Amino acid sequence: MSALSKNHAPAQATEDSVSSAPVRLLGRLWAWLFLAILVLIFSALAPGFFSVRSFQNIGTNASETLIVALGQTFVIIAGGIDLSVGFVLGLSSVVAAVVMRSLNESGYPQGLVLIIGLVAGLGCGFIFGAFNGLLISRLKAPPFIATLGTLGIAQCFAFLLSAGQTVGRQPDIVRVLGNNYLIFFNPDQSPTLFQPPPGADLRNVLGVVTLPLVMMILVAVIAHFVLSATRFGQHTYALGGNREATKRAGVNVDRHTLKLYIVCGMLAALGGLVWTMRFNSGSPIAGEALMLNSVAAVVIGGASLFGGEGNVLGTVVGSMIMAVLYTGLVMLNVPPFWQFGAVGAIIIIAVLVDQAQSGLIRT
Amino acid sequence: MEPILVVDNLVKRFGGLTAVNRVSLEVYPHEVLGLVGDNGAGKSTLIKMISGVYRPDDGRIVFAGQNMEVGSPMEARDRGIETIYQDLALAENLDVGSNIFLGREPVQPVLAGLVSVLDRRYMHVESKKVLDRLDIHIPNLNVQIRNLSGGQRQAVAIARAIYWDAKLMIMDEPTAALGVTEQRKVLSLVKTLRDQGVPVIIISHNMQDVFAVADRIVVMRRGIKAGECLAKESTVDEIVSLMVGAETVEK
Repeated sequence: MSALSKNHAPAQATEDSVSSAPVRLLGRLWAWLFLAILVLIFSALAPGFFSVRSFQNIGTNASETLIVALGQTFVIIAGGIDLSVGFVLGLSSVVAAVVMRSLNESGYPQGLVLIIGLVAGLGCGFIFGAFNGLLISRLKAPPFIATLGTLGIAQCFAFLLSAGQTVGRQPDIVRVLGNNYLIFFNPDQSPTLFQPPPGADLRNVLGVVTLPLVMMILVAVIAHFVLSATRFGQHTYALGGNREATKRAGVNVDRHTLKLYIVCGMLAALGGLVWTMRFNSGSPIAGEALMLNSVAAVVIGGASLFGGEGNVLGTVVGSMIMAVLYTGLVMLNVPPFWQFGAVGAIIIIAVLVDQAQSGLIRT
Repeated sequence: MEPILVVDNLVKRFGGLTAVNRVSLEVYPHEVLGLVGDNGAGKSTLIKMISGVYRPDDGRIVFAGQNMEVGSPMEARDRGIETIYQDLALAENLDVGSNIFLGREPVQPVLAGLVSVLDRRYMHVESKKVLDRLDIHIPNLNVQIRNLSGGQRQAVAIARAIYWDAKLMIMDEPTAALGVTEQRKVLSLVKTLRDQGVPVIIISHNMQDVFAVADRIVVMRRGIKAGECLAKESTVDEIVSLMVGAETVEK
């Protein structure tokens, strides 16, 4: 690489971009290659890994990570970082679960219980996101410190509210939303949506596309649209590229920053709600691993921690790498804790790749 | 001809220091005004009052026949006074069109007006038009700004100002940090602006540059206007004497 960069005198930036294309292409595609290699290795080593069922599991297991990482993507592109997402997720999951449990026990209709629970959980994410955003945009606190502080506060409330226990006894609808499938293929009957036909023998019913997977895909599509096709997305990139220029161009950068952290907080909360649905309970530690994993997904996906670069597709690939790693290790009977170490190593490599690229591009 | 900008006895003090002391000048359409002076002569302070960054302690600024009231950079820009700074104020990670339209992106309604999407096509076409009008050649408008040369970046910043109807362009050391060829391109761009009726105030340390483009030169020294002359009727030596305050001007 050093030999390569020597050939490109810094001043000739336009020529540089052409001749270093292979390097940059590799920089952009290495995450895809890495994902493909992981899938190949696990397919060869772990029987049953290469199947629709297992891929569906991987996708479902990745749903909270990806939803949270998408929020993180917005914040990181704008040049910030949100370390509080993991415990905002945990707190939202606990708040929603506590609210739904008590309302359910008081005999309210399930639909109403669910809606109030969702609003409470999302409201929690809104409050913490807005708090982060105000600290960073109005009081000029560094994002790293501000969100580290709110992490602690969210963790505190999450444990107080749940007494450190998982919060169970949820209405049925919660479990259904988290574990049913979009389409059920039934023997002798036409396919049904969301629920298997009453009285069907569940062993013969084939469910396709879990509902968390549907929510995850929906959020990813919306995030991609917002980031790539709207003024909001455009200003997010501009903010990460040159804050001063964006401000001078008439964009209210403080307000935009506030909005970004609210988006991130609410997506963390949504991740908590999906977790609650999947596991039919709330837990203060539901998102414990997500501080590292959400940042890792974004960075592995090609975003720059300096801001200005990154996209939704990259974050999707980053999240999938971690989910494949986890599932693959479990299926190989390797302690899945290796995943933490592997993700840690990958994030370091990704950042080094990013810096090497920047060295080539930014002169 | 009516001047587009009249600066009348402008004063700015910082504590005990009078940075600009009763300076008056005029800028006419179709001219380039060179503003020269040693470090600390008050050029930047003067310019910052015109562009709304500082509020004058005394005196007035009349732009396009109207008094500029309480200054703010936004107000100055809305009135058509554009300042091109050395750091250029471009987002390096965005392409040319995105920078020209930054903060004022055109959108199209989709899904029955429920959401608005960026009209990138329009941004591209309009950017191409304004660049062509100013005779600026950038081979590929879809590359990120960081892949452009210093002169091209400068040109994009100027094109943006022109696109948004700048009526007076202020350029602070536009050729600093540029290669020789690039310097020449930027200077010819300044002439293009003038020929198209956009007057330019150019601040520079480089006498060659000033003489290459300026029609009139205003010299500042220690906060006062030391002199004013037509570029074609004066020499570099005369200007330098005014800058440093030599007693007499020998020809």
